[in-house]
Amino acid sequence: MANESLKAKREAYDAKVAKALAKNPERINLPKLRLATPLDIEGFDYEKDLGFPGEYPYTRGVQPTMYRGRFWTMRMYAGFSTAEESNKRYRYLLESGGTGLSCAFDLPTQIGLDSDDPKSEGEIGKVGVAIDSLADMEILFDQIDLGKVSTSMTINAPASVLLAMYIAVAEKKGISADKLNGTIQNDILKEYAARGTYIFPPKPSMRLITNIFAYCAQNVPHWNTISISGYHIREAGSTASQEIAFTIADGIAYCEAAIKAGLNVDDFAGRLSFFWNAHNNVLEEVAKFRASRRVWAKVMKERFGATNPKSWMLRVHTQTAGSMLTAQQPDNNVVRVALQTAAAVMGGTQSLHTNSKDEALALPTEASVRVALRTQQIVAEESGLADVVDPLGGSYYVEALTNQIEAECWDYIKKIDDQGGAVVAIEKGYIQREIQDSAYKWQMEVEKKERIIVGVNKYQIVEKPPEGLLRVDAAVGEFQKGKLAKMKAGRDNAAVAAKLAALESACKDENVNLMPVIKDAVLVYATLGEICGVMRKVFGEYQPTVSL
Amino acid sequence: MEKRIRVLVAKPGLDGHDRGAKVVARALRDAGFEVIYTGIRLTPEQIAEAALQEDVNVVALSLLSGAHNTLFPRIAALLKQKGLTDILTIGGGVIPDSDIPGLKAAGIAEVFTPGTPTTKIIEYIKANVK
Repeated sequence: MANESLKAKREAYDAKVAKALAKNPERINLPKLRLATPLDIEGFDYEKDLGFPGEYPYTRGVQPTMYRGRFWTMRMYAGFSTAEESNKRYRYLLESGGTGLSCAFDLPTQIGLDSDDPKSEGEIGKVGVAIDSLADMEILFDQIDLGKVSTSMTINAPASVLLAMYIAVAEKKGISADKLNGTIQNDILKEYAARGTYIFPPKPSMRLITNIFAYCAQNVPHWNTISISGYHIREAGSTASQEIAFTIADGIAYCEAAIKAGLNVDDFAGRLSFFWNAHNNVLEEVAKFRASRRVWAKVMKERFGATNPKSWMLRVHTQTAGSMLTAQQPDNNVVRVALQTAAAVMGGTQSLHTNSKDEALALPTEASVRVALRTQQIVAEESGLADVVDPLGGSYYVEALTNQIEAECWDYIKKIDDQGGAVVAIEKGYIQREIQDSAYKWQMEVEKKERIIVGVNKYQIVEKPPEGLLRVDAAVGEFQKGKLAKMKAGRDNAAVAAKLAALESACKDENVNLMPVIKDAVLVYATLGEICGVMRKVFGEYQPTVSL
Repeated sequence: MEKRIRVLVAKPGLDGHDRGAKVVARALRDAGFEVIYTGIRLTPEQIAEAALQEDVNVVALSLLSGAHNTLFPRIAALLKQKGLTDILTIGGGVIPDSDIPGLKAAGIAEVFTPGTPTTKIIEYIKANVK
């Protein structure tokens, strides 16, 4: 038998390797699989394991022709300082060939605090744009055609409020909600586990999320209602398998919550989207993307009984790994980002943000953002990687690794199921501990030089301090507070009070969908902090479990 | 027996990036220090109070959001106000080199930026703790 002959030859090779290793040992910390052969993908069934792109289980990609028709969306995450400043950056990115917007909000906005809240001190406009009310959103999207661009908003706990503001801005411009394209992150579970911008406890948070699913299915049918995110789990230090396993476990929890709330799986599942990290190890990343699609397709079809193929597809936005940028010799980051981009493209992403070389030091300058965008354009237009569907499909190594990551993923999903699902596993601190164990292991490997980071623990040079970094103007906080005070003085405060009172009673009735009520409050210029304040009052605040 | 060095690892402000804080906290613990980690999103007042209550020798602050120029000096001032002048206060995070002299003048003894090995922080604390 051919296989028997191959096995014999493989044994001979292994013996030869053993001899060679006795003389010349290999480098440390390498993957176990030295060389993949057909023996490493035994039982491989092309039709069942891969199939064709655009077909179950989508291992080779979610569209039949992938980038041969249209490139992925080049979506650069941006936003800082005020709505006025960020609007300028967005228009610059669109003029430079960016094909979608991605809004970064400052931390007070992400935590549902207004700029005049004492807790916002020092944070206003720092990591993103400050949004206090609909007035700021109107400035943010000034002169941008919301009927044409798609907009991704990295907003979680107050996602309902920012989405309501976005719809309100569009409607004021004469664009109806059913014409809008975009995404809200809206993924609270990974906030508890890895990212930290939670407000409310899990139960009301899950209600807000299912309210959004139901509202968008009716009113904003092209909107991606959630971006279930592994990105931040990976940034917090997880492995590739943990990234997709914990994220898919979160996805299962959202589906279960929505079904429990009475929704039909095929009515919302097609609008679920994902968010992966493109990390340094190119082949592992490609395998991760492929494995994640196969796992999700099986989860949706077999576990939830979804029958619409759109419900089976894992569509994904990707960002290159911020935590892999080095402050040392920052020019090297351009090369890292190019390799990460190649991985995301060979992995079949639907959209991509590329980080800028200076982001381990500060927010990126316009010039470094241009290089990051050009990196995507070079991979798209020049490298050939976008010219063929799933170019690494059939590689013994990549298929073996895809199988291995899938198996590790199922293993974690089972462990989480056994604990009662992702919400319980997070409340117990299990997922957090798994992530921080991996983060610590990584750091120790770097310090022992078992893992090399060029410029950090090898090939170091003496460097001059970097110059020309972007600094957020310290006056932003005062400017934003002044704008807010003026807005509050000019609005109809009786209408605001009435809409906030209506919101409070709606929050108390679990059967009410909060989206229309929040939108009513947004339209009379109730602030983000006021709206979230009402919800805090009714829902309470999340108390994290801290463990080391 | 010599008293073990007690360290409060704290995350002020609204920043949720706690990978660095947790890795440092664990490395300090493995190096034999007693470590108290506060979790994220603490106000300067809460951190100063925790430093007092926990009777620590070192306060190690981690911040990646860019609010360090506001929050680090405020914490240093609050510690001083409480008479905790013998506490060694250090910081780390995404902090531009040009901000470091100002932070040092405000009472932050040392600032550790991305890429710093944990061993360097451990040695610094051992050499400088009062």
